[in-house]
Formats: sequence, C-alpha cells, structure tokens
Amino acid sequence: MAKTHVSTTINNEPVEFLCEPNQTLLDCLRNELQMTGTKEGCSTGDCGACSVTVNGRLVCSCLVFGVEAEGQNIGTIEGIGKAENLHVIQQKFLEHAALQCGICTPGLIVATEALLAENPDPTEAEARYYLAGNLCRCTGYDKIIRAVMDSAAEMRGTA
Amino acid sequence: MVVIEYEAPQSLGEAVKLLSDCTDKPARVLAGGTDLIVQLRSQVGGPQLIVDLKKIPEMMDAVLDENGLSLGPSMCCAELTARQDIKTVYPGLVEAAYLIGSTQIQGRASVGGNLCNSSPAADTIPALIAIAAECLIIGPDGERQVPVEDFVTGVGENCMASDEILKRIIVPLPAAGTADAYLRFIPRTEMDIAVAGAGVSVTLDNNGICTAARIVIGAVAPTALLVPAAAEALVGSDMNDTALQNAAAAASAASSPIDDLRGTIEYRQHVVGVLTRRAAVIAADRVKEK
Ligand SMILES: Cc1cc2nc3c(=O)[nH]c(=O)nc-3n(C[C@H](O)[C@H](O)[C@H](O)COP(=O)(O)OP(=O)(O)OC[C@H]3O[C@@H](n4cnc5c(N)ncnc54)[C@H](O)[C@@H]3O)c2cc1C
Ligand code: FES
Ligand code: FES
Repeated sequence: MAKTHVSTTINNEPVEFLCEPNQTLLDCLRNELQMTGTKEGCSTGDCGACSVTVNGRLVCSCLVFGVEAEGQNIGTIEGIGKAENLHVIQQKFLEHAALQCGICTPGLIVATEALLAENPDPTEAEARYYLAGNLCRCTGYDKIIRAVMDSAAEMRGTA
Repeated sequence: MVVIEYEAPQSLGEAVKLLSDCTDKPARVLAGGTDLIVQLRSQVGGPQLIVDLKKIPEMMDAVLDENGLSLGPSMCCAELTARQDIKTVYPGLVEAAYLIGSTQIQGRASVGGNLCNSSPAADTIPALIAIAAECLIIGPDGERQVPVEDFVTGVGENCMASDEILKRIIVPLPAAGTADAYLRFIPRTEMDIAVAGAGVSVTLDNNGICTAARIVIGAVAPTALLVPAAAEALVGSDMNDTALQNAAAAASAASSPIDDLRGTIEYRQHVVGVLTRRAAVIAADRVKEK
C-alpha cells in the first residue's frame, strides 16, 4: 500500500515524513524520523514512556496514529534542552539521582514540563497525581518527585 | 496491528457517507483512540477503514446554556474537566471524566468514546445516566435521540448500527436544588478500572427533603443500571441514615456482578451499596452548598 505523506511541526520545526496509516506516532518518531528520545514501554497507554505533547496537550504517542500528526504541533524530549545546555528539569533529575535505567526519564521530563506549564506551583500530591501515568520500575518515585518539586521551585525563582 | 485506511473528514455528512459507502471491509470511527488503537493493535489482518472524527468541529465543542449541556462527544476529557462552567452544573460528570486513566489518557480519551466502547466499567456512563443524558445519533436515514440507559445494550454493545455516529450528548439543565456525584472503587488511587461505581443525582426542596433522585450503578452488571428502587428509598426523606441505608441495600440487591481477582461477587455487591450511599451524601451536600 502507498505510504501516506504527513506534514507536521515537531519542536517548532516543520517536518515531513512518510508512513503507513497504521504506524503510531511513537513508531514514526523512532523509526521514520530517528528521533529515539521518546521511549516505548508498553504500547498500550499504561506506562507513559512515550509521552509527547500534541498542540501543548500531554498524550501517549503509542495511542496516536502518525497520520494524525498532520498539521499539528508535536513536542518531544528532543525539544527540551540540549546535551550541552540542559533544561532545569533535566538538571534537577541528575542532581536528585531521579533515574537509574533511564527508560522512563524522557517521558517523565516531558510530562513534568507539561505539569509545570499548567501549574507552576503544584503541591506534592498534585504532582504525584499528574504523573501517575508515568511508571518507573527503578527509582521508587521519591527521587523523581523531589526533582519535580525542586524544578518547580527553581523555575518559579523561589529555590 | 491491523492494516488500516485512514480518513479524516471535515463534516459529519462526509463521515456518515464514508461509513455507509464502505461495504467491502469493516469501518470504525476514531475519537481519542485510547480504546480503539489498543484493540486494533491486538488484532491482525485488515484492511479496516478508520474514520477520524476530530477534524469535525461539531464533534469537538461543548455548549452550556439555558437548555442544558450539548457536548461534542469527541472533546477530550482534559478539555472537559478544565471547563469550570460545566463542572459547576454537572460536578459528577466531570469527576467521572477526571477518573479516566492518566493525564496522558485524558489528553485524548473522550466521553463519546467511553460511551460507544460500552464497557461495563466505563466511568462516565453511570454519571451520564444519573443526569438523564441522551445520545443524539446520526446515520444515513437521519437523526434519532436515545436515553443513555437505553443506548448501551450489553458488554461492549450499544444500539448504534455500523454506519451511525454519536453526534451530540444532550443533558437537560438540572432542576433547582439538584446536584450530582460519581464515585468508583479501584484497588489503588489511580490508573485502574472500576470494581464498582455509583452515579447519583438528587433534588432537595428548601427543607432538605428529597423530591427526586436518579441512582445508577456501574461495573456490577453487564451494563450500567438505573435503580429506581434505590431512588424511591430517598424520595420523601431528609436523607437520614435509614433512607441512605435502604438506598444502599436496593443498589446492592440490583447488582449482578462477576467474580474475578479484583473482587468477589459478595464484595462488589457490598461495595456498590457503600458507594451509592456516599455518592448520595456528596450530591446532597453539593445541593446545600449551592
Ligand atoms: C491506560 C488506560 C487507562 C484507562 N482508564 C480508564 C478508566 O479509568 N475508566 C474508563 O472508563 N476507561 C478507561 N480507559 C478506556 C478509555 O480511555 C475510555 O473508554 C475512553 O473514554 C475512550 O475514548 P476515546 O475517545 O479514546 O475512544 P476511541 O478509542 O476513539 O473509541 C472507542 C470506541 O467508540 C467508538 N466511537 C468513538 N466515538 C464515537 C462516536 N462519536 N460515534 C460512534 N462511535 C464512536 C469507536 O469506534 C470505538 O469502537 C483507559 C484506557 C487506557 C489505555
Ligand atoms: S509506550 Fe505508550 S504508554 Fe507505554
Ligand atoms: S529509571 Fe528505570 S524505569 Fe525509571
């Protein structure tokens, strides 16, 4: 079957790609665009490793078809900080040792950025509820939550 | 994953035509995809025609006015739960939408998808029946309107034909002194499917006497059930403990739950009564706060 041509915006850059209509956005990012920062855990919406934003809204890219990205604005981990210039949230994840294997980390950082854009001063309970769809098998979550709360304080300028 | 052909029509007329013209393969409509994409992934073969509804403006908006709520069924739950105006009038519906999955799932999942997927554990269905919501359905032969309690006909089954689309969810404005509430029980605080649920709407007069109620139980029968006997236990009372206990007993008696690793039959029957009582108390408190 002929591949579909998709024109979209990823991290504020115009991007075009070809895909089969049944490929997920996650699959398109990783295997058509070689943007492998977004991770695959479960492929069923349960783990949050594949978190991206679509028009600013946090979603699981494993539950979006690549063709649905046509004309939309996609945000991925590659748009948050650079290796030589980390985002505050990335810096805080390192400082608080909020990762071990790192598979959940890109999804958590994308989700944390979405949380703090919506609510710059979350309570710990609010942060835990917001991030409940991001599973981590390694850290036990406490260090992640400390990194999130510290990021929030730093970004508000009250650290 | 099934092989698909993807269409994203701009109007409901085009969408209905795509579905009714599609006679050589299965056709499904796509809203948020949080049920559908998971289901397609577990299947093989195809092709299937997938008709995305999200480019159709009237599927995506919500209007609240003196007639009540007219909800575009494909609006995502995150957008719905952020609507303070809707939350003020129908707090129970909004709290049900807020319980679906995670932040990420709510960023896609729609009330229409929850309804059309017709799972016995769907959280918004009891909440919708409690507020007397109706489904406006469009198909090749025109439109028809069906109360939500008659829309769902079995586990994963509803009254729509394969070329019909749920076009709007219509909810009447609540009478004066009315409020709703929805509660579910899951073994943890987030990310699980209801073991039992209860949606309640109560109307109280100025003396705090209940003059009308709708009580709906979820996840304890093949479909969500309106339980008139539970409502009758409240009507005429001042919502005292005896009346609440009778309503709970009627809800338990109406349930016919399954036995599985997340709850035995006895347990679910008991819990659905407890949820009914608690949701009725929350709804009554909301009336008093108004
Ligand atoms: C991780 C996870 C957690 C979840 N947690 C919950 C939960 O706690 N509670 C709960 O109730 N559900 C839960 N769900 C299930 C799901 O998210 C909901 O049922 C959701 O509301 C479905 O909406 P959707 O827009 O994604 O539907 P879709 O997947 O797009 O569609 C679902 C079905 O309805 C049909 N459909 C959709 N819209 C229409 C329409 N307008 N007209 C005709 N047919 C239509 C589709 O063809 C499909 O058969 C969860 C799912 C996941 C993946
Ligand atoms: S890979 Fe998408 S939620 Fe797990
Ligand atoms: S660090 Fe390994 S899953 Fe979170």
